Amino acid sequence: MASFLKGLLAAVVIVGLLLVMNALLSREGLFGFGLPGVDDYTARLLVFIGINITLAVSLNLINGFTGQFSIGHAGFMAVGAYASAYITVYHGKAIEASLSGFVGETVAHALVLLLVVLVGALVAALAGLIVGIPSLRLRGDYLAIVTLGFAEIIRIVILNIDVVGGATGLTVPGYADFFWVGIFAVITIIVVRNIVRSDMGRALVSIREDELAAEAMGINTTRYKVVSFVISSAFAGVAGVLFAHYNKFLSTNDFTFIKSFELIIMIVLGGMGSITGAVLGAIVITVLPEILRRLPEVGGYNLADLRLVIYSALLILTMIFRPQGILGTREFGLNWLRRPQKRPAGDEAVGADKGVPIAEQSTEETIKERDNR
Amino acid sequence: MDTFVQQLINGLTVGSIYALIALGYTMVYGILRLINFAHGDIYMVGAYAGFILAAQLGFAANPGMFGLAVTLIGSMVIAGLIGMAIERFAYRPVRKYSRMTTLITAIGMSLFLENLFVVIFSPTPRSFPQLMQNQNYTLFGNAAISKTQILIFAVSIALMVLLQWVIYRTKVGTAMRAVSFNLNSAKLMGINTDFIIAFTFALGSALAAAGGVLTAQYNPKIDPLMGIITGLKAFVAAVLGGIGNIPGAVLGGLLIGAAETFVVGYGQNIGIPSTYRDAVAFSILILVLLFRPAGLLGSTVQEKV
Repeated sequence: MASFLKGLLAAVVIVGLLLVMNALLSREGLFGFGLPGVDDYTARLLVFIGINITLAVSLNLINGFTGQFSIGHAGFMAVGAYASAYITVYHGKAIEASLSGFVGETVAHALVLLLVVLVGALVAALAGLIVGIPSLRLRGDYLAIVTLGFAEIIRIVILNIDVVGGATGLTVPGYADFFWVGIFAVITIIVVRNIVRSDMGRALVSIREDELAAEAMGINTTRYKVVSFVISSAFAGVAGVLFAHYNKFLSTNDFTFIKSFELIIMIVLGGMGSITGAVLGAIVITVLPEILRRLPEVGGYNLADLRLVIYSALLILTMIFRPQGILGTREFGLNWLRRPQKRPAGDEAVGADKGVPIAEQSTEETIKERDNR
Repeated sequence: MDTFVQQLINGLTVGSIYALIALGYTMVYGILRLINFAHGDIYMVGAYAGFILAAQLGFAANPGMFGLAVTLIGSMVIAGLIGMAIERFAYRPVRKYSRMTTLITAIGMSLFLENLFVVIFSPTPRSFPQLMQNQNYTLFGNAAISKTQILIFAVSIALMVLLQWVIYRTKVGTAMRAVSFNLNSAKLMGINTDFIIAFTFALGSALAAAGGVLTAQYNPKIDPLMGIITGLKAFVAAVLGGIGNIPGAVLGGLLIGAAETFVVGYGQNIGIPSTYRDAVAFSILILVLLFRPAGLLGSTVQEKV
């Protein structure tokens, strides 16, 4: 009961915070409290951070925790984006009008978004299932290239469907705002965290560590791989829906393999197999190009023109000097504030010195903490 | 029949270029298990190196076989050196880390080359000078083969034979095969693995640069992002043939080049619009991998417990 109340309290706080931030991000701001809003540029950047967090955290489930090398996330994002945009573009007004008779306009507006988020998630999950069942028989780099191939095929197929704009792109009504992007980013984090801490998460990590051994221990590796792939695709679809209805315009150029690479960079930079790492990576990779845009002029050369060169050079240097990513497999949290837990001797995870991702240690600690109580 | 032969010739021309680039992917993968995503950009760098050489040495003004040969070999040497530099300064420091880290480094290097060339040469396409009088020869019926296409076939075949000779008939080639078989054992046998890896990068980069210059003779527009899609398809070709397998890379390249051209040429008849061209390579790859998970000529390695 106590944990339920704690969860409820956390949910109220998160929703409240997001509502306040949403008001701050609107042009009007919180004038009632004398706080002006931020400019469109910053608001947009924050929304894209939220979308990228959803994408990176969900990609981390399949890449970081299950250890399956998927580089086709942008394809599932595209599926969600276009499936939902098809509904809102052609039926959005009608659905909203019929709903607002019952629940009022504001709620109807939100309900339409929730409906298409659900549709986007389901269609993307289905795409994930269709792609996952054959591909996940393959291992390592073969899996990588097949997921990339499927994503490109999805993109090219969408490009040839005229009803969703084809090569000219598609104008989409704006249903999403910072609040919804924030809510779904938080939901993604919570769901992935709970999966990782459940027995399913243990199975996934064991597949990552040694697939053969996991299979020998009786884990149905194919099933777990497909399930984590489908969940991951569903959240990519959600991110696609939010992107479509915030950006208000869709072009298949937003979903090339370059986007998938960007997401891989986020999770590797943040630390594979760390949820907070993925969040951090998403923030850094979204913000960094914008910071580099403001580089000064030095000796007649405008450094801002070189921003993409500097960006890629920084990426290479980070990999050379911090190969495990910013956080490694650790989680960033407030645990260090609590009294330190004594670990029994010899509890070091196997392979801890090899630089490969090891079983998530903070999870072990939390579980022990819970058992102690 | 005439159009079929014509499509086949055109397809194999594109396929030969894919094959030349695929060889670099497959050799590097065979030795380091690294997908060198920057390899497609080396192909672009090779084309630009040829462009500068041709302009600076005056071959653009008076074309001829000599100018073409110098441009081709010159750009191969330059790209080889750049490939070695990339290996030395970006890949060697991360070689001991996890596969993900090396992959991100390769993606970073790819972005670096693209953006650097955009800054230096601007994103606008340049027109590569024709270094050889082009001419069409009628084969039979209406099918024709151009002098440029003959050149592409001749040079690619010569380079592939040369590569085969280097790998199977020279000492350094033996060392390359040993390193690809097992890097650590090769080191224990006294092979300078660092040198062999650098040599492999130089060889692969030189082949990609040859592909770049040859493409520019066939289709004279070059731009800093030309390596992205071509590189990706060449990589697909390498995987299709069985990555790490040299004849496989050539087979995969020719197959994808031909299939692409046939889809553009005949696709409309069976309801596939030519806009699906870029999806052909991936579709073939996925179909093949479903039945032969290690590619056409690759052998499955039994996993040891």
